[in-house]
Amino acid sequence: MKTSRVSLTVNGRRCDVSADISVAAALAEVGAPFRRALNGQRRAPLCGMGVCFECRATVDGQAHVRTCMTTVREGMQVTTDA
Amino acid sequence: MSGFDLIVVGVGIVGAACAEYASAEGMRVAMVEPGPIGGGVTAASMGHLAAIDGDPAELALAHYSLALWSQWVDAPQVEFSHCGTLWVASPSDDEAAIDAKLARLQMAGVQAERVDATGLYQLEPELIPGLPGGVRVVDEGVVYPPAAARLMVERACARGAELRRECVTELTHDGVRLGDGTIVHGAETVVACGTALSRLLPELPILPRKGHLVITQRYPGRIHHQLVQLGYADSVHDRAGSVAFNVQPRPTGQLLIGSSREFGSTDTTVSLPVVQRMLARAFEFLPGLGSLHALRMWAGLRPATPDGLPYLGSVPGREHVWVAAGHEGLGVTTAPGSARLLVDAMLGRASVLDMTPYDPARLLS
Repeated sequence: MKTSRVSLTVNGRRCDVSADISVAAALAEVGAPFRRALNGQRRAPLCGMGVCFECRATVDGQAHVRTCMTTVREGMQVTTDA
Repeated sequence: MSGFDLIVVGVGIVGAACAEYASAEGMRVAMVEPGPIGGGVTAASMGHLAAIDGDPAELALAHYSLALWSQWVDAPQVEFSHCGTLWVASPSDDEAAIDAKLARLQMAGVQAERVDATGLYQLEPELIPGLPGGVRVVDEGVVYPPAAARLMVERACARGAELRRECVTELTHDGVRLGDGTIVHGAETVVACGTALSRLLPELPILPRKGHLVITQRYPGRIHHQLVQLGYADSVHDRAGSVAFNVQPRPTGQLLIGSSREFGSTDTTVSLPVVQRMLARAFEFLPGLGSLHALRMWAGLRPATPDGLPYLGSVPGREHVWVAAGHEGLGVTTAPGSARLLVDAMLGRASVLDMTPYDPARLLS
């Protein structure tokens, strides 16, 4: 069975990821970073279930979206910290 | 503890300012506060440094006090943001209302400028379209009040002032009695315990006036000034429950959303219906606010007096007892000014402002 794919833009680059996964999983799939803390430290998803807020990214212009709780959609624009 | 020149009862922002200024004048100061410094309504407040034009005597005190804040704002822990104030007219406010606002502020010496509709959206693009304009006061901002109070206490302590973590249960003829039964002796006492004033000075009415605030996640760069509805003073004077538009950008990028006022409640449990009304008012001016994440909401009890002016001065019928309390929603702005006026009066100096409007005796005759 061929799994379907969707196309997202992550930090300005067009990416092709599995459909029906979380945006957090998609970021992991393409190797994109997640967040930086105020002290510059890199952060990444911890709980994977919407309570730790470490997976936040800007999705379709909306800041502080929990990517682990958001399913990918065709044409989605995701921006993370560098 | 004995032999103090001044005992300060209650160390919120007003008590802290009194202690600091008194110590700077060479007085030996004892501060008595059972809780964290600035842990009462000071910690619940918005921390705006702004001249509100509700009452001429209050406006004069605010304007005088704002100039005195300049000595505190450079300390990083105070988190001062020089964001300025933008008074925003509603669609129902006409040009005359904006002109009147400008005139009232300018008459008190506040450097305010008219902003037309075009200018308004250049300054604050997030405002809802269709607003007529407003008034801008560049030289105002926001601080983090508990940190400012702590800094004032540190400065006082560096000059030898002492802090006692106790309640005052009684004013005695030569000082105060503490909760542990001991007496602190002082030549003069200033009662600055805000909403708890009635415990020690029951003859000076204080009406707790509950207010709510909501703070958001970090959204830097969206709002630049502290935004206040033009007719904010109407909310202050409304004896029924009221809400008013008042949103601040904090240095963290978080937005602090206020404000609400209600009498009759003496606890700080958050009332969701009031918060909903307050937010609905805020969304009328900033529709984009609704899609932001709120982190926390809380309530505080402003110490209000029957006529809306603070009590500053000697307490009639009580020798050596002074009061600095009842600042309602302007405690942070007017703290340094209140402290100066009070300590100057204590030292027998001519006061910079006419203190008659704040005289505690006004309600006792």
